[in-house]
Amino acid sequence: MIGHAEKAAPFAANESRAHWHDQALWFVRLKRDRQAESIPEWEALREAAAAIKAHTLSRIADYLEEFERNAQANGIQVHWARDAAEHNAIVHRILADHGITRLVKSKSMLTEECHLNPYLEAHGIEVTDTDLGERIVQLRHEPPSHIVLPAIHLKKEDIGELFHKELGTTKDVSDPKFLTEAARGHLRQKFMAAQAGLTGVNFAIAETGGFVVCTNEGNADMGTSLPPVHIACMGFEKIVPRTKDLAVFLRLLARSATGQPVTTYTTHFHGPIRGGELHVVIVDNGRSAILGNETFRRSLSCIRCGACMNTCPVFRRSGGYSYGYTVPGPIGSLLAPLRDPRQFSSLPFASSLCGSCSDVCPVKIDLHHELYAFRQELVRNKTVPLSKRLAMAVMSYVLARTWAYSLAGRVTRWTMPRMPRALVYGPWNAWGRQRELPPMPQQSFRDLIKNDSIRNAVNAEEPR
Amino acid sequence: MSSKAVEVGSRNAILASLCRNAPPASPLLEAPPAAIVYDDPEKQFAETFTSVGGKFVRVASIVEIDAELEKLESYTQARKIASLVLGVGRATPGTARSNQTLVDLAALKDPHELEELDFAIIAGEFGVAENGAVWIAGSALGPLRAIFVITQHLALVVPATQIVHNMHQAYDRIRFERPGFGVFISGPSKTADIEQALVIGAHGARSCALFLVG
Repeated sequence: MIGHAEKAAPFAANESRAHWHDQALWFVRLKRDRQAESIPEWEALREAAAAIKAHTLSRIADYLEEFERNAQANGIQVHWARDAAEHNAIVHRILADHGITRLVKSKSMLTEECHLNPYLEAHGIEVTDTDLGERIVQLRHEPPSHIVLPAIHLKKEDIGELFHKELGTTKDVSDPKFLTEAARGHLRQKFMAAQAGLTGVNFAIAETGGFVVCTNEGNADMGTSLPPVHIACMGFEKIVPRTKDLAVFLRLLARSATGQPVTTYTTHFHGPIRGGELHVVIVDNGRSAILGNETFRRSLSCIRCGACMNTCPVFRRSGGYSYGYTVPGPIGSLLAPLRDPRQFSSLPFASSLCGSCSDVCPVKIDLHHELYAFRQELVRNKTVPLSKRLAMAVMSYVLARTWAYSLAGRVTRWTMPRMPRALVYGPWNAWGRQRELPPMPQQSFRDLIKNDSIRNAVNAEEPR
Repeated sequence: MSSKAVEVGSRNAILASLCRNAPPASPLLEAPPAAIVYDDPEKQFAETFTSVGGKFVRVASIVEIDAELEKLESYTQARKIASLVLGVGRATPGTARSNQTLVDLAALKDPHELEELDFAIIAGEFGVAENGAVWIAGSALGPLRAIFVITQHLALVVPATQIVHNMHQAYDRIRFERPGFGVFISGPSKTADIEQALVIGAHGARSCALFLVG
């Protein structure tokens, strides 16, 4: 199985672009910080969000039934799908029942997860992603590389070229304003011609049987207020108990995601458009198994803001595609191996465990501790390569025994400077691939302490 | 088996699995943490609304709005204008310029007929100081709710007495009477999907003016 590091290699090879990616995401992280600091009760708000999610998960079946009852009373048709195949079949059946061949979509990571687009296209339906970033990657036949910023891996020149080829814009023009205007014109035609609109769901409200969709572009609103049919797809964990809980989550979501105080449009749906139909598809697709996993169930609290990605030193330097899963970054490194531990066994290791993800998570998922716990589980279950398991076994033997540690140090200090370079920097030395090992010290730290030399050195450095 | 029967089977299987796998009960949080309040919520609202790309205009009374609209190029250049606020936006017959039409929304049946709408004026119920959002109830959108997003330019009219400090206060006010549609709008539509460069005017309104009245 190709691991994260191997998949990150082509991205990291283009050093200037990788650096740009790193800086662009860090810029978003800083915007997030400014917004978080503008709210004195920010930490209490995160606590509240975590508590609401924990409670909701503990009574999730009740809340989903309450939602279903109230939604039906609002004239919403509620569907249930155990897996991606059922989800795709339900969406297709709704469209087929109306003879619909043109669908506009706003952003939905769930439909990415279920691979809905290729399924519908195979059934003769034209699917248009309408979020600008998503349209860009759709025209490139790529998945999104980030859940909030789908085209963050691309430069404006790439998009200028793409639009020249696909939308007939002027060659070599890559001004973002110009390109956005071109996409607006192109997608307006799609909106006007669409027979149905599909959206994700940011929050579904049990108490009222409605749901909320957040966008900045207004694409979800265009897609659901022109055609008569609206289909909204949600993982069951999107449910919140009460209307007032929305306040807690909406205060956190956009601030954490893009550093905005709120998204431009926060739209509340409680029934179909006049003369139309509204369908909600509630999807499990492996989530109920995660709910039963005591260690990792908190990952279901995720509200998909992407803050953990923007802050992650590994994500910023390796790009979304290195994860090979719909949701990348720290949260994806939990969700992916929870789905398939064998295929995604390298992802819990794609972290420095610095804890920055846990610090910014608006619902306080303990991401880095969970990633660490996942590593242990993978090693226990022998899901990681033998080389890694052997290295771990040797390391834990040595680190647990003073004599072994001391001996290993002495041997290394003596042999390393005497070994030929080719031997030290062989293919087994992954660490030394891009950097030089530090020179071996003459003495160990233990020796330094014993000889008082370190104490003297510290004293000498103190002023006066 | 019919597709409906399959779905019922899936529903019951999912709910059973969720009951089986649910963690031990944890209490429902009754009250959210004490939230920020501002010394001058109107000032905070104006600043935030401006920071998200909106144009904030303070007027003493609703009759002043038409004169303020005349200062907006988006309005004077608009060919098709629709107003859902009584007394605002060429409400008096015969005041429209020769190249302008005041759209009679009641006569429209299909939202696609709004395609060429250049300027819409809509009443906001209240504004939120912490994030510059304005609550628009579905009932304020007239017969075709597409109006708020399909229009090229948007103006909102909000009473100055109706500014709340934060989102908790906002949701204390909101009730979803059927059909229960409602939207918070915070400035014009925007995107930063190309190299994180902010561009105003994605799919929805290219500009958003707000008249705070009273």
